Amino acid sequence: MGAHSKNIVIEIQGLTKSFKDLSVLEGIDLKLYEKENLVVLGKSGSGKSVLIKCIVSLIKHDEGSIKVEDIELTNINEDDLMEVRKNIGFLFQGGALYDSMTVRENLAFPLTRLKEKLTVDDINQKIESILEDVGLPDAIDKRPSELSGGMKKRIGLARTLIVNPKILLYDEPTTGLDPITSNEISDLINETKDKFKTTSIIITHDINCVKIVADRIVMIKDGKIYKEGILEEFMNDKDPYIKSFFK
Amino acid sequence: MNSLWLISLVNKNDMIKHQKSDLSESMDYVIKYIKDVMLKFFLDVATVIYYLKSVIKNLVSSKFETSEFLKQCYQIGNKSVGLISITGLIVGLVLTIQSRPPLVEFGAVGMLPGMVAVSIIREMGPVITALLCAGKIGSGMGAELGSMRVSEQIDAMEVSNTNPMNFLIVPRVIAATIMIPILTLYADAIGIFGSWLGANIKDDISLYLFFNQAFGQVEFIDIIPAVIKSFFFGAVIGLVGCYKGFNAGRGTESVGIAANSAVVTASLLLIIVDLIAVQITDLL
Repeated sequence: MGAHSKNIVIEIQGLTKSFKDLSVLEGIDLKLYEKENLVVLGKSGSGKSVLIKCIVSLIKHDEGSIKVEDIELTNINEDDLMEVRKNIGFLFQGGALYDSMTVRENLAFPLTRLKEKLTVDDINQKIESILEDVGLPDAIDKRPSELSGGMKKRIGLARTLIVNPKILLYDEPTTGLDPITSNEISDLINETKDKFKTTSIIITHDINCVKIVADRIVMIKDGKIYKEGILEEFMNDKDPYIKSFFK
Repeated sequence: MNSLWLISLVNKNDMIKHQKSDLSESMDYVIKYIKDVMLKFFLDVATVIYYLKSVIKNLVSSKFETSEFLKQCYQIGNKSVGLISITGLIVGLVLTIQSRPPLVEFGAVGMLPGMVAVSIIREMGPVITALLCAGKIGSGMGAELGSMRVSEQIDAMEVSNTNPMNFLIVPRVIAATIMIPILTLYADAIGIFGSWLGANIKDDISLYLFFNQAFGQVEFIDIIPAVIKSFFFGAVIGLVGCYKGFNAGRGTESVGIAANSAVVTASLLLIIVDLIAVQITDLL
């Protein structure tokens, strides 16, 4: 109820996307409210990742409308898209850290491009501060190849947060991690929301992560919204498909 | 008896017919295969030329990534200098050893330094350097950019408001275009030095005299077209390597395919560019 009285940050209507003959999204309607963690749940290949990639225009949608803070992304020009992307952070599944750069250079990369007026001292200070936030201050001069899966996700999150985005899109943040690290990342998502006042979409099929982070859940099946609600509604649902996720 | 003979004749005719149809099917298959390969190659060439348009547009309209360009120049030079040194030296050495006997026969051994120098500067140096770099740098670019595509690093760059074409492709293409001529000149020098070593196996000639004789035969028109075509070779290597890597598929298998097809396409294109360059030089 609290969430619905807030401003709409992202509004998606009738979104469709196909790859050749394969229809992935078939008319998705979705609203993301300010300062909520919305979990998009669904089995692998259900189109969850395609959905958030459409939100940042990494994949162009076929039909429908995507509005980010009231700006329509359909047929948007490059300059306007850059402005929209300044407010969106995207955490990729594997972290997507640049292999050829150290952690410091990885974190400095978006800063030098998005906040051009910063001095070297400002950049270093921000890097050290964000690494403290994600609990990895000692990794500053390491290369991505020297980091574990969980550390890569933390650094990936740090790289996303360093430019203070209002909206965060997490693509399977806990996939491939052990249960302890997975819970740590889920806690970090909540801490990020509280500290940076972000609004997030979290794509996952990890129920532990859902239980920790979800303010609201949207379940996708066969490219359509199957159910929308809060965690308790999903936990108590008698539908066999939903029960198969939460059992 | 007659009927048996007739049956065997019919069978023989059937067999010949069958063999003929097998042969014609095989020929059809071979022709279709060659057609497909040629079509794929020319499509690749057309797409790379179209890709060049985007590279030039980005080079003109966006801020040039100087530090990335210098990094790529260092990478290309540093990666290739050892291989080019060894190959250049051996090419010069072998060319001299092979050319000496016929020249001795005609009493023209004094022309050996000049002849070897001209052939290295005009053809061997640029082509061998380019082919080596297509294998080493072109495949490296294909594999690096392909793995960046697979691991979503290129997507991450786009989301960070960085044009990957401007950051990744333009500096690599320009670096290859500038570094290949430099490496070619270096390979020429090493090749002529190798030739001097080869000449000293049977004769006794000082380095100074050898270089003096070699460059006495080399004219301005030998060097300039070779350097100009090296620029084109560099552009081809950079463009094809980047194009193949940047447009790699999503699976890990795509990285290998990108690296492999970067080398194959670039090598074939280099030979074609060389052929065109030789024709143009011939007209001058």
